[in-house]
Amino acid sequence: MTRLLPVLILVSIGVMLNGNTWAASTVDWPMEEFEGDLKDLPSLQRGFQLYTNYCLGCHGLEHQRYGRTADDFEIPRDLVEENIIFTGQKVGELIKTSMPPVPAKVWFGATPPDLTLEARLRGPEWIYNYLKTFYVDEERPLGVNNKVYPNVGMPNVLLPLQGVQRAICEEGNCDKLEIEEGTGKLSVAEFDQVAYDITNFLYYVGEPARLERQKVGVYVLLFILVLICFTYLLKREFFKDIEH
Amino acid sequence: MAEANLEDKKTKIDEAMEWVDARFPATETWEYHLSKYWAPKNHNYYYVFGFLGIIVLVNQLLTGIWLTMNYVPTDERAFASVEYIMRDVNYGWLVRYLHSTGASAFFVVTYIHMYRALAYGSYKAPRELLWFVGMAIFLVLMAEGFMGYLLPWGNMSYWGAQVIISLFGAIPFVGPDIVEWARGDFLMSEVALNRFFALHVVLLPLLLVALVFVHIVALHHVGSNNPDGIEIKKKKDNQGIPLDGIPFWPYSIVKDLFALSVFLFIFLAIVFFAPEMGGYFLEIPNFEKADPLKTPAHIAPVWYYTPFYAMLRAATYPLFGMSAKFWGLVVMGGAIALPLALPWLDKSPVKSIRYKGVLSRWALRIFVVSFLVLGWLGVMPATKTYTIMAQLFTLIYYAYFVLMPWYTTVELTKPEPERVT
Repeated sequence: MTRLLPVLILVSIGVMLNGNTWAASTVDWPMEEFEGDLKDLPSLQRGFQLYTNYCLGCHGLEHQRYGRTADDFEIPRDLVEENIIFTGQKVGELIKTSMPPVPAKVWFGATPPDLTLEARLRGPEWIYNYLKTFYVDEERPLGVNNKVYPNVGMPNVLLPLQGVQRAICEEGNCDKLEIEEGTGKLSVAEFDQVAYDITNFLYYVGEPARLERQKVGVYVLLFILVLICFTYLLKREFFKDIEH
Repeated sequence: MAEANLEDKKTKIDEAMEWVDARFPATETWEYHLSKYWAPKNHNYYYVFGFLGIIVLVNQLLTGIWLTMNYVPTDERAFASVEYIMRDVNYGWLVRYLHSTGASAFFVVTYIHMYRALAYGSYKAPRELLWFVGMAIFLVLMAEGFMGYLLPWGNMSYWGAQVIISLFGAIPFVGPDIVEWARGDFLMSEVALNRFFALHVVLLPLLLVALVFVHIVALHHVGSNNPDGIEIKKKKDNQGIPLDGIPFWPYSIVKDLFALSVFLFIFLAIVFFAPEMGGYFLEIPNFEKADPLKTPAHIAPVWYYTPFYAMLRAATYPLFGMSAKFWGLVVMGGAIALPLALPWLDKSPVKSIRYKGVLSRWALRIFVVSFLVLGWLGVMPATKTYTIMAQLFTLIYYAYFVLMPWYTTVELTKPEPERVT
């Protein structure tokens, strides 16, 4: 048993990580894959701009600062102050929405949530698919519904870019989405890029230290590997004295 | 002659040490606990986990102090201050992940350390008090982890604490009053957050450090057990040194250092590359601020409590006029307390699993499997099948202890060796 235990522990870890109960299992939608890329600065810069233009009106990022974001994306701070901050805030401040929370609850039925940690809470894949699956539903108060978040209280703010998207029903299955041609400013591929950039930006905002963490981690582990060699040799040298 | 000359000649350092030793037992303590503490030479790698536990404790204390410098225990600021640490404090993310991963690591090393004691009979005479102090450390550690888990003030923090505190409501007559007294409010609020913070950063760490100290004092008084479960103190040379003993300093220490570097590799790999550990070290619903109006769809404690949580949920029948919830509390409390009785439950003439009979060997195997399965069941939703499984494995968990006086008596044991192997 004492020899088996390490194996049992490894098997348990495998089982636990496989049957992850936190996966967004409640969503009944074939998710399109999303792979974030925090080294793609142009994408992050576009995402930052798109976010402040289309999302920040309602959803704040109350734990993240403009200045930190600008530095990480290699945008000069004065450019951000002139072109991205619409709320009259200073560049060192937290990215707050100007939407008052209490009336917002009356207008939409719920206060639009802060999105700083949305990518860690629901996962970037969820956000990416959510942005792309708004469709016309006359029964909803705002005229749109969402495949990933059914009966959501949010309007489709990206509609002018994406165009009018409808759910096509075939044999009772309405999982096919189609965009009416000519109704949006962007092509399907261009809009995919918009959804990608916003999601990538939120993926960054969820944990801005992620890239640095992984970079430092490589050096730390390399150091520990060298340390293991030395401590092993030291141990072996000392235990030569001991008869068994 | 040359040696005699060397001994005659006292250096400045020797003189300084003599001065100190006349006033404080520095050399005496060093020798008693390190350079002349005799560790059995057959110690295997299961014997490094006590040392690793101390390292993890120190990690928790240091990172905890630095987190406290920026954390604010209020309803409004708690969640935001953690994110402030993650973003605006230099290397705050590292300190935070070291602390959150350290919590899980603490339980990993503690559980393996406890398993080692089970396997080699380290709870048996003359180490009963050592075992009790160890169990006390385990209890305080559970409380420390529970209190600390509330502090990020995420939604799972909030509802997890809510569920556990409300368990006491199942105690007859005084239950509801106890719950209100423990929370200091009619629901989980800043009042509970403040007192949990106080206990987590002051009282419980003090207790932990004090108990660990007593644990080491007790250990060094009786001497370490070993995989053969025999006392090395029984065979000594003419200078009174155990024949199978090696000095803790430097031998055990260099072995511990090697083990530590391997441990650090795994630990830091998680810290830097998977701090959430798939939602087991940092639970996903905790990335949302505590909300008394929004119960998470699936409330599960952190993985290190799940074996006990599964046993808590396994009680589903009201009995003798008491609610099922009350019996769940009893079953869970019993599961945590039962190991205390081990020194008397184990009637075997031998200590180590190496020389115990086939029944003990299988009992230990099945026990470990049941503990792991219960841990898995504790994170799963309580469906009908899972509940029946939890009941079955709870029975097995209890059977390991309750049947121990029987199976350690009837089985045939192998003879213990005279000297360690």
